[in-house]
Amino acid sequence: MKMVIKATLCTLGVGLAGLAEAADVSAEKVEALIEAAFAHAPAEVRGRVEQDETLRVCTAYRDNPPDDQWDAILEREKARIVYPADGVLMGDWKVALKEANNGYGWRMRDIPERVVGGNCYACHQLTEAEVGYGNLGPSLLGYGKDREIDEELIVATYNKIFNAQSVLPCSQMPRFGSNGFLTPEQVRDYVAMLLDPESPVNK
Amino acid sequence: MSLTRYAGAAAFMAVALLAVPLAAQEEGGELVQYHAMLADRFANPGWFFVDRGEALWKTPAGPKNATLEACDLGLGPGVVEGAYAQLPRYFADVDRVMDAETRIAWCRQELQGIPFEETAKKAFSKNRETSEMQDLVIYIAAMSDEMPIAMPTAHPKEQEAIELGKALFYRRASMLDYSCATCHSNDGARIRLQKLSNLEDPKQAGPVVASWPTYRVSHETVRTMQHRMWDCMWQMRFPDVAYGSDVTVALISYLTHMAEGEPMASPSLKR
Repeated sequence: MKMVIKATLCTLGVGLAGLAEAADVSAEKVEALIEAAFAHAPAEVRGRVEQDETLRVCTAYRDNPPDDQWDAILEREKARIVYPADGVLMGDWKVALKEANNGYGWRMRDIPERVVGGNCYACHQLTEAEVGYGNLGPSLLGYGKDREIDEELIVATYNKIFNAQSVLPCSQMPRFGSNGFLTPEQVRDYVAMLLDPESPVNK
Repeated sequence: MSLTRYAGAAAFMAVALLAVPLAAQEEGGELVQYHAMLADRFANPGWFFVDRGEALWKTPAGPKNATLEACDLGLGPGVVEGAYAQLPRYFADVDRVMDAETRIAWCRQELQGIPFEETAKKAFSKNRETSEMQDLVIYIAAMSDEMPIAMPTAHPKEQEAIELGKALFYRRASMLDYSCATCHSNDGARIRLQKLSNLEDPKQAGPVVASWPTYRVSHETVRTMQHRMWDCMWQMRFPDVAYGSDVTVALISYLTHMAEGEPMASPSLKR
């Protein structure tokens, strides 16, 4: 995977070192700007504007980190995956399918009591029935069809949704679970939506 | 001119209210017709806001009971024609780069005695309403209509603002790990069915930047570039970014620089 990305960049003539340097020049100033622009944000959300180590690296290398950073991100993000207490990783696809169509939650002034949705359709095709899907992510239509739904696939699917960067460093996909956007119990519903033979994704 | 505009705008609003749901349901005729109406520059309710903004600009207000006519938008006190197309820019009197909105808010404070913070609090109206700032900003933008965007870059702080804006464009953060580039660096990308412009491409950035401020049909009011920055960050789950902050000014500087040479086309009409 990594090789392919690097090869593509070479073809396009993008200098990785150049990009990284350009981003580094003003990193401190950028952070000072950010701090000032969000100084009046409520304490409970102010931390969101700061970058963790992974996002710092992804930003500095425009999402194409060098090998050592690549490995460090994989290791760091794998360690941040949390599973439901009962260990069950397949939940209710019907619940997830509703949340896939729901972009509510975690915005300023959103009501905390309302269901937070993963809004999968913003970026992915999922079912034949829903034609209003985005294309920033790959189509997931038939994701679990004609595949052996074993423990390995279930865990891999859970890990990808809970923390996309534990699978692909600097992935454009949010780290839904590790960022606290979705709970482990929600994530397992999404796993079922992708893998359950009864889910419309696989029909 | 004004009367023709109004007649067009009124007719547009009457038809648009009917046309939007139809266009959403059916393919072909209605959608083509709807887009044709969107493209008619003067059948745009935004012109009402422009005229209101002009009146606000020239009417004494605030604790100092003064007009904004002496405001220096970069081309000298009192010069509004062509000013928006050459903003953001460096202002020696504040020793920083300001975009149009930040400068107008600053002028309100200096000339009219309205504190910047008070302007900032009321800058974005609710849907179906408007704010003094929205009216003022679209008036100033309309006074640059059809003039090519030419943000000055001679001052080191102008160059720095563009560089900082570029760095911010690629900076990933908040609960979704997004940067501006996540959505706006791909050709042909969509969120759901909403097309996303690739702002790394000057050919795409030009028309986008030149058409702000705009009348947003879904908001039933005028929205400005500062609002666009705040709105994107809100969707990205950021806390509210400060109005006129160096973050928004830097981002607007970078985007405006990418749109260099594009003729201004505000008010425009958007979703």
